[in-house]
Amino acid sequence: MAATKGISVKSFGLKDNRSALPYLLLAPGLIYLALFFVYPIIALGQMSTKTSSGEIGQYEQSFRFANYVDAFLGSKEQFSRSFIYATIATLLALAIAYPLAYAIAFKSGKWKNVLLVLIVAPFFTSFLLRTIAWKQILGEEGPVIKVLRGVHIISPQTSLTATSFAVVTGLAYNFLPFMTLPLYASLERIDPRTLEASGDLYANGFTTFRKVTLPLSMPGVVAGTLLTFIPAAGDYINAAILGSPSNKMLGNVIDARFFKIVDYPTAAALSFTLMAAILILVTVYIRKAGTEELV
Amino acid sequence: MAVDASTSARGDLILKNLTKSYGDFNAVDDLSLVIPKGSFFALLGPSGCGKTTTLRMVAGLEEPTAGSIFVGETEITDMKPYRRPVNTVFQNYALFPHLSIFENIAFGLRRRGISDAEVKTAVDKVLNLVELPQLATRKPNQLSGGQQQRIAVARAIVNRPALLLLDEPLGALDLKLRRQMQIELKWIQTEIGITFVHVTHDQEEAMTMADTIAVMNKGKIEQMGTPEDLYDSPKTAFVANFLGQSNLIPGEVSGNDGNNLIVDLFGTKVAVPKARSSAHGSSVLVGVRPEKFRIAAEGKSTHGNVLTGGVVSDVSYIGVSTQYQVEMPWGKEVMVFEQNDDDEEMLRKGAKVVLSWEPLFTFALDGSENAAAGSH
Repeated sequence: MAATKGISVKSFGLKDNRSALPYLLLAPGLIYLALFFVYPIIALGQMSTKTSSGEIGQYEQSFRFANYVDAFLGSKEQFSRSFIYATIATLLALAIAYPLAYAIAFKSGKWKNVLLVLIVAPFFTSFLLRTIAWKQILGEEGPVIKVLRGVHIISPQTSLTATSFAVVTGLAYNFLPFMTLPLYASLERIDPRTLEASGDLYANGFTTFRKVTLPLSMPGVVAGTLLTFIPAAGDYINAAILGSPSNKMLGNVIDARFFKIVDYPTAAALSFTLMAAILILVTVYIRKAGTEELV
Repeated sequence: MAVDASTSARGDLILKNLTKSYGDFNAVDDLSLVIPKGSFFALLGPSGCGKTTTLRMVAGLEEPTAGSIFVGETEITDMKPYRRPVNTVFQNYALFPHLSIFENIAFGLRRRGISDAEVKTAVDKVLNLVELPQLATRKPNQLSGGQQQRIAVARAIVNRPALLLLDEPLGALDLKLRRQMQIELKWIQTEIGITFVHVTHDQEEAMTMADTIAVMNKGKIEQMGTPEDLYDSPKTAFVANFLGQSNLIPGEVSGNDGNNLIVDLFGTKVAVPKARSSAHGSSVLVGVRPEKFRIAAEGKSTHGNVLTGGVVSDVSYIGVSTQYQVEMPWGKEVMVFEQNDDDEEMLRKGAKVVLSWEPLFTFALDGSENAAAGSH
């Protein structure tokens, strides 16, 4: 944080207005975002308060903010489900990714680069295909259900597909690289001598992890959980492919409103509500993480 | 510092036949050593000589291939690092970047379950000892290199270990600060009376601070002794060249004169005190430190050992002294440092000179030694 502040003061401060270079460097990004983020957001905002003009797909601006209340009350269940699923999936991904990133950063030796490529390898196929593959893995003919039934963890009548289990594990799987890479980056930056120093100062392995490794990897934990939680909360593919109608998330509702019912104002209002909710949660989270409360 | 981790483990540090091998390479080779309790001991040697590996084995950060380590009566060879009565000041300090200076220093105390009140007293006291009480609430990255160095020392000594290990602790500091820290570390050691084992490649640093220096080369100890011992009576060419500079001139012992050996150096007879010769046979390397030579224009009166026929081949004036390279009749050059403490004119390049020195300041090494070993 301090470093970013330092740069901004130095390069973009009023004293250094001779150089146009920083603005030139910013320009492509700013123009791109203005065109493809700011403009659609404004359009979406305008749409969210419109009402139907009678014909299907035609709306007029009437500043009806009650659209938000209606939209929210109509999909409270999916709304809370989105956040519960995303939270569980994020925690699951963290539990899987932390040991993985730790092993790659500290124990992998010459295999480090190979393992990092393997982490990214799922991206070589599409998100959709990976989710369909996950359905096969959990499906009736797949290996997982056979093993679980074989050892009587689940009964022969129980399925894994079309359950919240499938949706949450699918989310965790799909966003695992986003969790692993920032964790790896922050663990890899830790000076191994600080870990030696901890051992030298009477801390055993577990205490060293709790008092030195974990606090020093918090930037990675925060980045990884955000990069997993935010897209997971807005996701609809996992619920659509792996879930049943009773596992729908808010993304599925928005999808249906836009493309099936052609109810643009409600879809736009839901999108805004989701964005606002994520923004608030993330802000609170970063505030907490900035202090040492999370450790 | 009310707390004492290790009353039972007080005593000398004893290394017995300590060996560390990496494949065929012996980083530390059958090293045996006793470091008396309360001493300031330096392990001195070039990089790769095994000094840091030795230190890390004592700290428990490397596992010895063979041999054993004792502190007093207690064997610590296989003890986990966090159980040893030993603390380390790491190269580049390894302070915890996420903790305040206070918590950095308190780290070891807290791990041993010492009460908050006692921790506070001990940390405040050690912060005063290193003269940085105002920095308690800062983070390590807000400190200068010299301050971080002192905090690293404080973090280690607050635990009152039986033994403090220092791994090139001053390597990252600039020259002026390094001098100052040398004096401070020495003072702290005297003040608290803990055994310091200091690893360094800087001979000046070792000589300034240590009571005893062990010069290491290729995993073995070449020679051990007080700084004066090592400088005045080196036993090997490596020590003669690594500690300061030496002129090593090959000769043959041709006789005996009371307390002196008479050595023939390319036809000139010089006297060497018997007590300062480590030669086994008649073939020797006669050693003279550059500052022990007197240099004078040919024809001037001289006394002591005398070598004639030199020609000045290079002169560099460095303020406090003038350094001459003098080509001798046998074709080799010798180095002469002349203090600029008289109004005699500086000798020019090409001048014919005569070198002389007191026999007392001569040492002799065995002729089988490699005269270039350990040269800078």
